[in-house]
Parts: sequence; structure tokens; C-alpha cells
Amino acid sequence: MPRRKKRKEIFALGNEAVVEGALLAGCTFYGGYPITPSSEIMEIMAARLPKIDDGVFIQMEDEIASMGAVVGASLAGRKAMTATSGPGFSLMQENLGYAIMAEAPMVLVNVMRGGPSTGLPTCPAQGDVQQARWGTHGDHPIIVLSASNVQECLDMTITAFNMAEKYRTPVILLLDEVTSHTREKIEIPNEGEYEVFSRTVPSMPPEWYKPYEETVRGVPPMPPIGSGYRFHVTGLTHDRNGFPTQRPEEIVELMDRIHRKIDQFFYDIQLVEEIETEDAEVCVIAYGSVARSAELAVHQARENGVKAGLLKLKTLFPYPRRHQEKILAKAKTLVVPEMNMGQMSREVKRVNMGRAAVRTINRIDGQIVTPSEILKVIMQG
Amino acid sequence: MSNNITGNEVIHQYLRHNKKFPHVLCAGCGHGIVLGTLIRSIHSLGIPKDDVVVVAGIGCSGRLAVYVDFNTVHTTHGRALSFATGIKMSNPKLNVICIMGDGDALSIGGNHLIHAARRNIGVTALVLNNNIYGMTGGQSSPATPEGSTTMTNPYGQLDKSFDTVELAKGAGANFVARGTVFHVNKLEKIMTQAIERPGFSLVEAITPCHTQFGRKNKYKSPVDMYNWLKKTAVPVERYNELPEDKRADRMPIGVFVERDRAGFEEKYYAMQRGFLKAAAKGGK
Ligand SMILES: Cc1ncc(C[n+]2csc(CCOP(=O)(O)OP(=O)(O)O)c2C)c(N)n1
Ligand code: SF4
Repeated sequence: MPRRKKRKEIFALGNEAVVEGALLAGCTFYGGYPITPSSEIMEIMAARLPKIDDGVFIQMEDEIASMGAVVGASLAGRKAMTATSGPGFSLMQENLGYAIMAEAPMVLVNVMRGGPSTGLPTCPAQGDVQQARWGTHGDHPIIVLSASNVQECLDMTITAFNMAEKYRTPVILLLDEVTSHTREKIEIPNEGEYEVFSRTVPSMPPEWYKPYEETVRGVPPMPPIGSGYRFHVTGLTHDRNGFPTQRPEEIVELMDRIHRKIDQFFYDIQLVEEIETEDAEVCVIAYGSVARSAELAVHQARENGVKAGLLKLKTLFPYPRRHQEKILAKAKTLVVPEMNMGQMSREVKRVNMGRAAVRTINRIDGQIVTPSEILKVIMQG
Repeated sequence: MSNNITGNEVIHQYLRHNKKFPHVLCAGCGHGIVLGTLIRSIHSLGIPKDDVVVVAGIGCSGRLAVYVDFNTVHTTHGRALSFATGIKMSNPKLNVICIMGDGDALSIGGNHLIHAARRNIGVTALVLNNNIYGMTGGQSSPATPEGSTTMTNPYGQLDKSFDTVELAKGAGANFVARGTVFHVNKLEKIMTQAIERPGFSLVEAITPCHTQFGRKNKYKSPVDMYNWLKKTAVPVERYNELPEDKRADRMPIGVFVERDRAGFEEKYYAMQRGFLKAAAKGGK
């Protein structure tokens, strides 16, 4: 067997790892507007992209424009991304909805900070979980991923691009300030060691192409603008040709497909990591930097003879329901620590349906959730 | 291409036959005339349909994109220019044309307009100014003339109306012009110049909305509105020679700015070629 090429190791900031991941995934377009604590992503992109063949970096006038530019770039065939934080995320919501409706793949990184409003610019929080789910108007599915350490920032950014391209949809990567401002040693995977997925382009002649046609996966092929396939893209509810419609059967067909193309593939989209969950009687469900504290707490609890486990969510939405169901077969208590008033514990309780006791740990004071805090609750059983 | 085909035949080549007509515009609306001039300009320049991207905002004007057989993107209200910027930067070979209403371009999209002009991105912006919010039922827009009446100004517009041309000029557009749908040939000519010119071009097309604006402001019929355009519009060269007091109810039309700064995308890609060349030579 040929010896595997040694991976390059670097000492990187979470935000830096996001850029590395994006470039490995084939991102060639960044449009954005600076905001703490996401700015490094933009600054590093500004330095890197112009030196890459066809790489485009543009600083837009605000977050609304950033999303517009990114969606435009996506329609023109680019793998495109932007990054922001709370207030900027709010501004991006209308065009995020547009990207869902027009089925334009793209990646939006939101490094959460304390809120509401300009809140706590440099303090960690996880207050945008439900905004990520329901921030834009209307009924729609959404893919929201997260990361709890610097290596995961890289890996999950690649995953975000792959899911965006595979399902023709925007993907949100929700990070918190602790993860994106932590510096750690990470490994850069070599080419061929990770999957890179690119959207399917049509193979039929342009006259046959219908941009929003039903397909087996529910995901129509997508040609870049200007490649000979002329069609109409709109945020209005549209028929298979992309033209606006108000016919009930056409409305339902479109909305069904937009939901189904995600629903069908839960097994591919819902990513979790299970630590000591096999026989866990007390199971922590956590994400982001809090999952790191939780992991330590779980190990300490085990040393103290408590059967504790951790379900670490790497996909926040669609909520990994079946993973929680599996844990509920054994667990008597679920512990949900978060840096908000309980935005994810709502999902946990929804799936729990009164089966286990749910204990929440909520911090909104700009401080991290510590392992000892979580351990204390685990030990209460 | 045959030389003796009529204007209509040209237009028919560019309409979408698979689109469910009829269109949404009121009879007598000026927007269709602007679309006609755009099609004839593109036709006379010989630009292939595949190389044209029409990006539109939201409003009656925004709906124009759906009828023409180009690459068309109907975006969100006010944001058309940001989508257009992303498209142009991604593929600078495309001819990107942005259709916006006056509410679209000057109110909700005002910031994007200023910055697209400042950046001098290679996009042709068409502002269809009907002095009103047409699609939402006749509320006042930043271009509603002082003193006129609208649904949200039942006692008359108090503040000053925006001058699109001055705004684009000040922000740094390469080409700025104004035309009206009454002066069709002239509008077509400046549209052609705008598309040909690199960098950011802006054409303000004055187009009457008798349904929402005229009805409330002493122009009862489309004909009244077209007569109003005929009466008020004067070529900018003549306008500049008019004495101050004669200028008040007159509107200059024609070309106001012609500059030749490279478009943003041109400068960006030139910088990039520099980096790539240096890297190929072994530099950093
Ligand atoms: C964010 C947002 N705000 C408001 C609207 C409602 N809206 C639709 S069209 C329009 C105004 C259109 O006026 P204008 O841009 O002048 O174009 P016209 O219809 O006159 O051609 C408004 C306010 C919207 N679609 N989106
Ligand atoms: S409302 Fe006014 S702008 Fe809209 S289609 Fe009718 S005439 Fe034209």
C-alpha cells in the first residue's frame, strides 16, 4: 500500500480554518461586510482569493448587498459564501429566503455573539439558533451546521459547501465566538481525502431544460448563467419553468419538492457525534463550544461512576431527531446546556415528549458554560 | 438578419413563447416601451441572447424580466444591483442589465445604487421612473414631484424629489443619461450607448403611470401623460441655454456624463492576472 502523504499541520484560528475549508471545497467567491467576531474570515478571504485563479473577493456596502452578491455569484456558477454575526445575520434574512426559493447553493457563516441588537460584540453566545431556523419568512426547510473546535470548523465548512451543492440550497454554519477565536493545531487534509461535491449541471439540450423540474432526488440540475441555458429565476412562487404562478397545484408541487429534497436525505444531512451514549442514563445534548465542556464533564461523571454520555450535534437543523430517539431508549435524564435561554432545548423537548427528564443549563451573561457547571447537573441525575 | 423586418418582428424574436401571457402591465403603461427600446438596442448591438443577463427588482418594472428570452433574474425589492454585481464579478463577459423602478432604485435600493456607481461596476442600470410606487397601489416615491398627490401624500408631497441623474453623476458613474418613453428613438440611442460603455452606466427612463400617478394628478389618460412628457422634456443642450426662470418646469433629457474609467471587474481581474503571473515566475 502506498504510504499516505503526511497532512500539513497548521496552528489556526477557528475563523481561519473556515477559510481553509472553504477553499478546499472549491469556494471562489466571497462577498461580505465586516462584523466582530466574524471579520477574520473576510480579512483572510480578501488576502487569499485574489491570488487564486478566478477567485473573487468583494467588500459590499452592507449585509443585504453581500447576500445579493453571493446569490448572484451562485447563479453564475460559483461556489460562494459570506460570513457575518448577529446584526448582519438579521439583515441577510430576506435574501436568504430568496436563495431558498431560487434554490441557489451558498454558505453563510454566522459567528454568534450576544444579543439582541448589537448586544455583546466580543462575547460568546448561542442566541441565533432559532433565527437560523426561522429567521426568514415563510415555510421552508433549512440546513444549519455547527462546529465545536477548530478542526471541525474546517471539516464542517467543507460539509456545508457539499450539502449546499448537493441539495441546491443555502447552508448556514453557526459558530460561536469561543470556537471561532480559539487557536489550535489542525490538519489540512490532502486532496482526495475529502469529498468535494459540485452541483449537477444539465446534460440535455437547452430547449429541453426546465429549471425547476421534478427529479429523482428532487434537486433539478443547475447550469451557470450565460452557459446557453436561458431561464427565469425569481423569488416568487414559480412553476417548473421558473415563471410566477398562483395555481394551487403548482404552488404545492414546488413547496413539496423544496421540502422533500431535504426530508428524504435526513440520514445524509443529520450529523452527530456520540460519546459514551451506548449505555448512558444521563445524556448531555450540546453543540458548539459548549459541547467541548460537556465532553469533559461526561468523562468526569464516568470516573465518578455515573453512566453519562454526550450527543454532540453537528447538524442543528433539520434536528437530528432519530439520534435522540435512540438515546431515549436508555436515558432517564437529558441535560441541555446552551449559551441562550433555551433555544435548542425546545427541540429536545419536542422529541422527548415527556419520556425523560430534561434539565437545561442556560447562560446569557457572555460567559462560557464550564465543565463543572455541567458536571454538577449530571451528578444530580 | 433581414433589413426590412419591422420593429415588432424584432421584438417577437426576443419574447418568451412559453411564458403564460398576458402580461401584468396596464394598457398605456410606459414600461413596455422601455422594454422595447432595450430589446432593439441589444438587437442592434448584435449581442447574443445567451450573453445578456437582465436582473430586475420588485415592482411593475421588475416584472419586465419575465417576458424576455435572456438570462433573467427577478430579485428582491431594491437589491437588484447587488445581485447584478455578484453576477458581473463572477463572469465579466456577460452583459448585465439591471431594471429598477424609482422606488426600487432610489428608496430601498438607494445605497446599492450609490455604491454600484462608486465602484463603477460594469452594469447598465435602467431606472424606470414613473414618479410613484406602481405595483403597491400608488404610494409616494422619492421621485414623486413636490406638491403632487399620492395615496400616502393625500395633502401633497412636502419634500423634494430626487434627481436620479445628479445622484449617479455625483456617485461616479461612467455614463449617465435620461430619456422618456415619448422620445423613443432618442431613448433607444442612449440605451445603446449605455450598454456599449464599460463601467457603470445609468439611464433614467421617464415612463408614465397614468393608473396610479396620472389619475391623482390632473393627467386623466395615458394621452395626457405622454403630452406632458412632450411638453416638459427638452434636450440638455437646449436646457442649459434656457434662462433660470424658464427651467423650473422643464426636464433636461440626453447624455449628462461620459467617462472612461475601467469597470471594477476589469481592474480586479487585471490585479489578479498580475498576481498569477508573478506566481508563475516563482515569485510569491
Ligand atoms: C422589502 C420589501 N418592501 C416592500 C415591498 C412591497 N413593494 C413591492 S413593489 C413596491 C414599489 C414599487 O415601486 P417602484 O419601484 O417605483 O416600481 P413600479 O411598480 O412603479 O414600476 C413595493 C414597496 C417588497 N416587495 N419588499
Ligand atoms: S400600475 Fe402604473 S407602472 Fe404599474 S403597470 Fe400600471 S401603469 Fe404601469
